[in-house]
Amino acid sequence: MSDTSLAPIRAPKVTMARTGLIGAALIVIGLVALFAGARFGLMLAIGLGFGVALEGLRFGFAGPWRAMILRREPAGILAQFLAIALVACVAIPLLTAHPEELSGAQAPIGWAMIGGAFVFGAAMQVVLGCGSGTLVNAGSGNPVGLLALPFFAIGSFAGAYHLIWWTGLGALPILTLRGIPGLAVTLAGLALLAGLFWALGKPGSRRVPTRYLVAALVLAALAIANLVVAGQPWGVVYGLGLWAAKGAVALGADLSGSAFWAASGSVERLRSSVLTDYTSLTDFGLIAGAFGVAAWRRGGLAQPLPSYPARAWVATVIAGLLLGYSSRLAFGCNVGAFFSGIATGSLHGWVWFVAAFAGAFVGIRLRPLVGLEART
Amino acid sequence: MTRRLTASLALAGLVALIGADLMRSPPNPYHAPPVFALGSGVTAAGGFCGALPN
Repeated sequence: MSDTSLAPIRAPKVTMARTGLIGAALIVIGLVALFAGARFGLMLAIGLGFGVALEGLRFGFAGPWRAMILRREPAGILAQFLAIALVACVAIPLLTAHPEELSGAQAPIGWAMIGGAFVFGAAMQVVLGCGSGTLVNAGSGNPVGLLALPFFAIGSFAGAYHLIWWTGLGALPILTLRGIPGLAVTLAGLALLAGLFWALGKPGSRRVPTRYLVAALVLAALAIANLVVAGQPWGVVYGLGLWAAKGAVALGADLSGSAFWAASGSVERLRSSVLTDYTSLTDFGLIAGAFGVAAWRRGGLAQPLPSYPARAWVATVIAGLLLGYSSRLAFGCNVGAFFSGIATGSLHGWVWFVAAFAGAFVGIRLRPLVGLEART
Repeated sequence: MTRRLTASLALAGLVALIGADLMRSPPNPYHAPPVFALGSGVTAAGGFCGALPN
């Protein structure tokens, strides 16, 4: 009875709150466009789109890998392959036709890259959050994601600081698939992988739900927009490392001892506003977009915080540091290396996926040991 | 405690980060690049996690 009588009062409140969320997003995008530049406002809007899509459609990377490994449910991974294939269909021909204006997520395969991807795969299963996932989790109020995020940034800064030393351990030249033949090989590889995971999947769980298909389409459209607007693919961890590096410089740190941070391009970006850094803008959008969805949902922010033992929080801090450090050695996370690497024809993306997926088996075993879930 | 607290902390951290950076490195809209990189004729030069330093 009371619920019925209060409903007309609550409805306008909810509508006002939701209108406020949309209005706030539009105002912030407009302010960034006005005071930093239209391209940067557009990049923030694309980042917000990523955040809304990932949180709103409950799609991600770590969760589907876990579902495949633990329960042989391949739907999420198949949707990831679909999104990558859709981006590749546009990105690889565009990169071939406009090599000056656009750059791919192209990086060398090497020992540190493979080791980094393995560690990243393990750490992302410990906290159940990858590069984009940690940002989305933090924005939607997941305390594990919130605690992991600053340490992810510090790890990313430190990993970049040491990147050249690690790469010196041995790396191949950058190998890329270009043009229509490159696209054909990429699509064939994705189809083979999809077939393998489909075959390994449990019968009855192979159908990709509509929600995942929509997520794949939206993510692909946003990733293509990211490339067209920024001239580079969707990435996550560079921005996080930049925030920590800017913090270190503000505290008086001298980064001239790092071949990475002392390079001219890095120095320029350290001096520039974060509102002009593409990965920072999409990272801001991921956090804010996830917040917006959580606030939009009825009861989305009213969920009680979970209770974990102390060792779980210690593990979260360590996993956050490892996520950041390893993703720099691996030349990207699930977004920059796996998603954007494969979609823009870089062979390191394929190797990254194999190494990180192997690491995920370790992370899934570690997660209950550190108290982040009930032991089974 | 609910997620309202942690989500608000995340957003507050974001605002603090951008605010602190704005005080040290304010953007200059007069140096902004064209809206779209594609078709701009300008070489891509943003920071990216897959790129080695130049």
